[in-house]
Amino acid sequence: MGLLNSIRIALRALLKNKMRAALTILGVVIGIAAVTTMVSIGQSASKLVEGQFQTLGTNVIVVFPGSQRGGPVRQALVQTLTADDAESIAKECPAVLATTPLVAATGQVIYGNSNWSPKDMFGVGEDYPIVRNWSLQSGGFFSKREINSNAKVCVIGQTLVAKLFQTSNPLNETIRVKNIPFRIVGVLAKKGASMMGDDLDDILLMPYTTVRKRLQGSAFNSVNAIMVSAKQESQMSDATDEIKQLLLDRHDISDGQPSDFLVQNTTEIAAILTFITGSLTMMLASIAGISLVVGGVGIMNIMLVSVTERTKEIGIRMAIGARGRDILRQFLVEAVVLSSIGGFIGVSLGIAMSTAATTLINYVSSGADWPIIVSIPAALVAMTFAAIVGVFFGYYPALRASRLDPIEALRYE
Amino acid sequence: MTATLPLTTRPLIQLTDVRKVYDLGEVQVEALKGTTLQIERGEFVALIGPSGSGKSTLMNTLGCLDRPTSGSYLLDGQEIVTMTRDQRAMIRNKSIGFVFQNFNLLNRTSAIENVELPMLYAQGISARVRRSRALEMLEKVGLAERGHHHSSQLSGGQQQRVAIARALVNNPSILMADEPTGNLDTKTSKEVIELFQKLNREQSLTVILVTHDQSVARNANRKIVLRDGEIILDTTDSQLAQETLNSPV
Ligand SMILES: Nc1ncnc2c1ncn2[C@@H]1O[C@H](COP(=O)(O)OP(=O)(O)O)[C@@H](O)[C@H]1O
Ligand SMILES: [Mg+2]
Repeated sequence: MGLLNSIRIALRALLKNKMRAALTILGVVIGIAAVTTMVSIGQSASKLVEGQFQTLGTNVIVVFPGSQRGGPVRQALVQTLTADDAESIAKECPAVLATTPLVAATGQVIYGNSNWSPKDMFGVGEDYPIVRNWSLQSGGFFSKREINSNAKVCVIGQTLVAKLFQTSNPLNETIRVKNIPFRIVGVLAKKGASMMGDDLDDILLMPYTTVRKRLQGSAFNSVNAIMVSAKQESQMSDATDEIKQLLLDRHDISDGQPSDFLVQNTTEIAAILTFITGSLTMMLASIAGISLVVGGVGIMNIMLVSVTERTKEIGIRMAIGARGRDILRQFLVEAVVLSSIGGFIGVSLGIAMSTAATTLINYVSSGADWPIIVSIPAALVAMTFAAIVGVFFGYYPALRASRLDPIEALRYE
Repeated sequence: MTATLPLTTRPLIQLTDVRKVYDLGEVQVEALKGTTLQIERGEFVALIGPSGSGKSTLMNTLGCLDRPTSGSYLLDGQEIVTMTRDQRAMIRNKSIGFVFQNFNLLNRTSAIENVELPMLYAQGISARVRRSRALEMLEKVGLAERGHHHSSQLSGGQQQRVAIARALVNNPSILMADEPTGNLDTKTSKEVIELFQKLNREQSLTVILVTHDQSVARNANRKIVLRDGEIILDTTDSQLAQETLNSPV
């Protein structure tokens, strides 16, 4: 008997019992769709966390003034870091990409009748956008010359645009901080919320010189912190070592003496976040695995039940001349057809459900911005697994039944 | 020895010292105790005997549905006992038509598809030929207009006639039937047996049937009486067969 006849026999047999066929397909569909959706949502969540992580900056090192032992608590009291330190770190440390001094300020910003107290007000250097990997939406950042001349210019974040300007264009407008007019030369691109929920766009940046001299009226060149970005994440510890060595030299601190600065990098945070994402992925993989097993058991059950039920059918077929291999081919074709149909529907449904679920999450929880991800590998793995389970449990009992003498198979009722 | 016999004198069925033992663990049931039997082409044979005497066991062996524990079974000169499973499947498909007491039609399947089935397991019969031959067979058993009915929509007699059409569709040389009328009423039984007689007479089809019904057995030329797994009588005399059957052990 040719393959064509096997296919014909199998298809006829499938059509004879549409309910059984539908249930088998349903088992395959649920297994595949569940796994695909689970993994896709999980990957979306992971991606979200990773994205937040990028906004934080994974290659940023912050140098605080103060003793190693005292910690950053005493940073306000000591005045050991200068803008020159920042500059020489940028120049002399090979693993460092860029640096910026950081001088903290506070106060109210006034524009026309509106006023606003930004969460972050910093005096920074011209390389701040490089260090933070933060692009400008419009205008430009203030230059070295403007810094050297204590220019009264500033760059604002998106929240300030919304709070102070509503609809008008803020570029070249003048805002007042402590009665000093600042011309807006640039607007930062939107960065969103940090992982802790802080609004990163609620920020006003000015030349650190201007803040020091004009806002604070200080004669010193000291800064509150130096922000450094390493060339690559992998060079974080090199950069940290280089900075420590350079500052020890510059500050004339001999070996063994306590240093007057503190170098903090985000590698530890990065490690924690990697751990969190890793755990998340593990959890999802487990859920996916369980879904697979549940789906697989479903498929297995329906296959086993139907084949046992069909031992009599096998007996009849063998009694009129079907060979063992004819029976096997029929059941194999049936299993393959069911698995294929189930696989196709399952993957389609999985894709639809992944998209729908992410969209729903974004819709229900305001502010959530989960990326829509469909995990094709998960779909493929689930499909393969379902196919193997379906075919195996469709095939194996048929194999056993086909080895019976026809009369034994016929005795089944 | 049998193989050297010329074709014309070679019996269709030559059963020699066939034993069948069912091993039930603690007890062993000897269903056939060394049966030797010869059946020629064109015969109409009835196997009769009380329940449990081994009629079905013998019939299943003859029908290649079951293998004997020991002994030899030559069908048309070919040794069945040592054949592979596939070879026996081929014999069942081509040379033997088997009819069961409980019909054994496929569920949810139309009469015509049931009749087509043996041709699907034979090689190289086109769909068109399958269809027309199935229809022809259904016509022969008087069910031409019921081809698309499922077994659940047919009476017992009609189902058995579909089963007979299925048994004959590949032109076997023997028709075997194990209590074919066991589930049928008297009138339908008669019709089925008349069909067998007609096939035997007009196409010289060899017919072997199992029955415990004297009125059915009477229609056969040859009656073989079994008791406790042994042939105790082999006769053409209906009267004698009945007496033997009714005599106490
Ligand atoms: N599958 C089986 N397992 C065990 N014993 C069986 C089996 N089939 C038949 N027998 C036994 O073999 C004997 C003959 O049975 P069977 O050939 O069915 O008799 P009949 O058809 O004449 O009623 C009986 O004793 C029966 O119990
Ligand atoms: Mg019986």
